[in-house]
Amino acid sequence: MKKVIMGNHALSWGAQLGRAQVIAAYPITPQTQVVELLSEMCASKTLDAKFIKVESEHSAMAACLAASLAGARTFTATSAQGLTLMHELLHWASGGRMPVVMGNINRAMAPGWSIWTDQNDSLSQRDTGWIQFYCASNQEVLDTVIQAFKVSERLLIPSMVILDAFALSHTYEVVDIPDQAKVDAYLPPFNPPVRLTPSDPHAFGGLTSPEHYFEFRYKLQKDMEKAPALIEETGREYEKVFGRYLGLVEDYLCEDADIILVTSGTAGYTARVGVDLLRREGIKAGNLRIKVFRPFPFDKVRQILARAKKVAVVDRNISYGHHGIFYQEVKSALYGADHEVPVFGFITGLGGRDITPDTFREIAGLTLAKGRPEEEITWIGVKR
Amino acid sequence: MKKEKTMKLTLPTEELMSSGNLACQGCAATLAMRYVLKALGQKTAFCIPACCWSVIDGPVPYSTLAVPIFHCAFETAAASASGLKAGLEMVGDTETTVVAWAGDGGTFDIGIQALSGAAERNDDFIYVCYDNEAYMNTGIQRSSATPYGAWTTTTPVKHFKNRPKKDIDSIMAAHRIPYIATANTSYPEDLYKKMKKAKDIKGTRFFHIYAPCPTGWKARPEDTIKFGRMVVQNCIFPLYEVENGEKYTLNIKPREKKPIVDYLRLQGRFRHLKDEDIQFMQAEVDHNWERLLKKCS
Repeated sequence: MKKVIMGNHALSWGAQLGRAQVIAAYPITPQTQVVELLSEMCASKTLDAKFIKVESEHSAMAACLAASLAGARTFTATSAQGLTLMHELLHWASGGRMPVVMGNINRAMAPGWSIWTDQNDSLSQRDTGWIQFYCASNQEVLDTVIQAFKVSERLLIPSMVILDAFALSHTYEVVDIPDQAKVDAYLPPFNPPVRLTPSDPHAFGGLTSPEHYFEFRYKLQKDMEKAPALIEETGREYEKVFGRYLGLVEDYLCEDADIILVTSGTAGYTARVGVDLLRREGIKAGNLRIKVFRPFPFDKVRQILARAKKVAVVDRNISYGHHGIFYQEVKSALYGADHEVPVFGFITGLGGRDITPDTFREIAGLTLAKGRPEEEITWIGVKR
Repeated sequence: MKKEKTMKLTLPTEELMSSGNLACQGCAATLAMRYVLKALGQKTAFCIPACCWSVIDGPVPYSTLAVPIFHCAFETAAASASGLKAGLEMVGDTETTVVAWAGDGGTFDIGIQALSGAAERNDDFIYVCYDNEAYMNTGIQRSSATPYGAWTTTTPVKHFKNRPKKDIDSIMAAHRIPYIATANTSYPEDLYKKMKKAKDIKGTRFFHIYAPCPTGWKARPEDTIKFGRMVVQNCIFPLYEVENGEKYTLNIKPREKKPIVDYLRLQGRFRHLKDEDIQFMQAEVDHNWERLLKKCS
């Protein structure tokens, strides 16, 4: 069935098709339509779930964690201030091995109040032990929610499915809504190896001495390391049933590219238009869209970028006192690669400033003009 | 025929809490758990945030309880209980009683937002606050449950706590939840009876259990039970129930209301108080007692 839906509703549809059992959520612009539609779905019983209308995002995540521990599939969605209010419990989710799936709408952090997009909210959750998927279309949002349940529950590691405020959250696109029976066949019910029940009583997350704590964290990392292969495997399975591959990265005209523009989120599809324009002008450009930020797909990124003469990483985020966050990751991926590729770092689009195809033409021009980057950050479109 | 004499026990002999635990001597929070479990039985699941009980239960991989526990974040006891109940029901378990079990800091202070939210939604669990009147697990810092006049490590004697204890029971009553009870381990039958009653009620049920802490109160461990009796006799901590936020019932009315001074003098945390401070506190207790009697009439 094809429907024209907004990005936020793609999250709700993903949660319904994935048969989420407990949803706990709190409204925040620009996420509200996610929970509005889920409320409708629960009320009309098209989704058999308990929806706990909590009094804060912190409680939303707390309720999801406990429900997950009981063995229920759980879903929530938030944005920016809400996500960062949850921060403590994001550690709790991964440390407690509770595979919650959460939608996050990328919104710039206050102050000043902004409801427009950038990635600093989710990227500052980098080290919380969550898998992070950055989406570029409504179809990808819906598909990724279903895949995320599968990956998270297999590894007992939570997942965040991320989309840009307004550029995706409020943009309507044609989306193929998969058949429920096929989704059920792809995604079996959640059946954790241990769950909280009086019939097999355990204490979860009690005081953990230096004798044991270290091993819990070692195991989390070891399981996180399994995620890239599992994402590709479940992505291929998804392709077999639904005809759409869900991988770690998406490359566009990278094979013969002299310059590869690295992006994430919706900027990826804008970059494709930029690449087409550049190609028409005789510049062999390509685009690598990084979909999975954690675990970082080092092998894939290295493999694709090693072919390029130059790489320009476009960040809609910043790590103050350092540089763009994807830029750091890409440089780290290329460290020790067979041949050295100059990597240029660009920051643009903070707080929802537009990123257009011309932004990428400008970035390509600046990258091609110099042999090596002269500074770690080149600001695009900033008024100085 | 010879008539055999048997002792009649007022509480079940079944123990769901083992003797191996990490509580201090004379800890009433430990007794409270034991009695509560006798009333609720094995089909019970706990959410325990940061509090003395996150230590008392024992370190990983041990637990002193024969029921499951989610050791949850400090401010999340109520939200976790909401989620746990929903999760259990969605996997087909509608019988288990879910209990949020928190100290006074986790209830009066950092956890009050989540508690208020859950109570307003009337989520189906029992919330127990065992109140030892300060942050005891972190080393005796004042909370909003610390009584007027008390010394703690953050209210030194030169600047003792100069605000009265927060009236959490009235706050909860204002939420119009189906059941609220105050309780005390020195009256185990009363505690047991009320917990049994609460078990069969649906919605948010709130228990405020007075829990002497000899370590934090600078008192003798052997006085824990005595303190529990004294606070009922001197009306510092009356035992009562509130149904639907309106129907107040006094469970135990002292025959003769005792002055609070004897109680205060047994605790190091009140040693610095002058007579006029005690008179001020007595007036506050008298006022609260009169107010409660009015509500109960």
